[in-house]
Amino acid sequence: MDSVAVIGASMTQFGQRDAWIRELLAEAGQACLDDAGVSPDAIEHLYVSNMASGEFEGQTGVPNALAHDLSALPAYTARIDQTSSSGGAGIYAAWQSVASGASDMTLLVGGEKMTHRTTAEATDVIASLTHPVEYKHGVTLPSFAGLTARLYLDTYDAPRESLGKVAVKNHKNGVDNPHAQFRKEVDLDTVLDSPIVADPLRLYDFCPITDGSAALMFCPESVAREYTDEYVVVSGIGGATDTHVVHERADPTTMGGVVNSSEIAYEMADLEPDDIDVAELHDMFTILEFLQSEDLGFFEKGEGWKAVEDGVTDRDGDLPINTSGGLKSKGHPLGASGVAQAYEIYAQLMGEAGDRQVDAETGLACNVGGFGNCVTTTIMEARR
Amino acid sequence: MTDERTMEAHRYPDGSITYPGHLLGPGGEEAVGTVDLSEYTAEIVTWTTSTAPPPGVDEPNHLAIVEFDVDGEPVRAIGQLTTGDVAIGDEVRPVYVEELRDPDAGIRERESQEWDGFRFEPV
Repeated sequence: MDSVAVIGASMTQFGQRDAWIRELLAEAGQACLDDAGVSPDAIEHLYVSNMASGEFEGQTGVPNALAHDLSALPAYTARIDQTSSSGGAGIYAAWQSVASGASDMTLLVGGEKMTHRTTAEATDVIASLTHPVEYKHGVTLPSFAGLTARLYLDTYDAPRESLGKVAVKNHKNGVDNPHAQFRKEVDLDTVLDSPIVADPLRLYDFCPITDGSAALMFCPESVAREYTDEYVVVSGIGGATDTHVVHERADPTTMGGVVNSSEIAYEMADLEPDDIDVAELHDMFTILEFLQSEDLGFFEKGEGWKAVEDGVTDRDGDLPINTSGGLKSKGHPLGASGVAQAYEIYAQLMGEAGDRQVDAETGLACNVGGFGNCVTTTIMEARR
Repeated sequence: MTDERTMEAHRYPDGSITYPGHLLGPGGEEAVGTVDLSEYTAEIVTWTTSTAPPPGVDEPNHLAIVEFDVDGEPVRAIGQLTTGDVAIGDEVRPVYVEELRDPDAGIRERESQEWDGFRFEPV
């Protein structure tokens, strides 16, 4: 079977943008067409990863709007909503469309417009994914993070400072990402002295609210060679779902969706965790980087915090994690984030990451929705 | 359910209990009974104090995941705490509250769900 290739990628500036969802999607979509050297009339499938454009902005039907704005008619279009993992789910849908033979050229654009809402409003839109028994208590995603962080620190005897060092590392990486929302280093004292949001987590343990968009172009490897000699293939991809009600999980510090989706992806790629050169993890909250790095098999359970302490996940470490700055520094426009994670892996594998460049032939992106409710893990490899 | 001021969990054929109940439980089987968790005490598994709650929720919002022991079967729940002066392992009991959150302040439709329930109070 022809492998599924990625022959182009783009992302907009992340942050507080004047543009609305249609403009953000079109900006990334057009840039991806240019990057791939693909004409709009070659697009057979077009997917838009987006969680809540209707709730945030009152704009629905965004795939149709984007197809028209990009002159990609009459491509088949669909919106992919899997909350914060809409981007990863979009990668899965785009991969499927090509792998199945249904499309020879698929454009995926992920985007979200959020910053016109107050933090409380945006938090409530996101928290609307929760079960009624959670929602009526005012449970939010940040509060899940606080609950889990306390249990993790207590169970594994990890120091509070180790969480802060995730924020310090990812902010440092974000300085060299021109698309990042925050391009400013923070020191550990600043993180540990910032206001409490969900005890024991503080402001700098959380990603910001962000506007932005990112895009990827998929096609069969045989078609890719008509466009370029250098590209990336999706060698493994897996998706999985965990409980809707978070407290029903046997171990709140284990993300079953990450475990299951990565096992599928590793098997498909015929790779092991040790084969991964660079990874983008869903650090919506600092604690999530620990959980995912363990549940992906990079480190033993309860040992992820030590890897951060020892610099293993630094840009110059043995396994660089979140060279983009992660959601923490780069920003988290819900539907765009999973696509932007893959954009970073693509850039690293193509040698186009500039000052963030690491030595990598194989990369992994793990995109998480809810608090581990839905997960897509994608493994990509360079082809030259 | 909570109109009767019960904290209703569902028991399944394999003996497991979940709160809330689900249409189908483990193995795809329907529940065979219910358990009123409000008659039990529970232990705090973990807790947090949220200082940035969503609209309609009191600040600070103390929350906990707790675990009940129902005749040897563990069953977990999440809910507000009456105080933030707690620790992992503390024993708590459910206390009924008519309205846990202002149903008209958030994005979810008032009529789509119930808004009463149980907070957890240290024993």
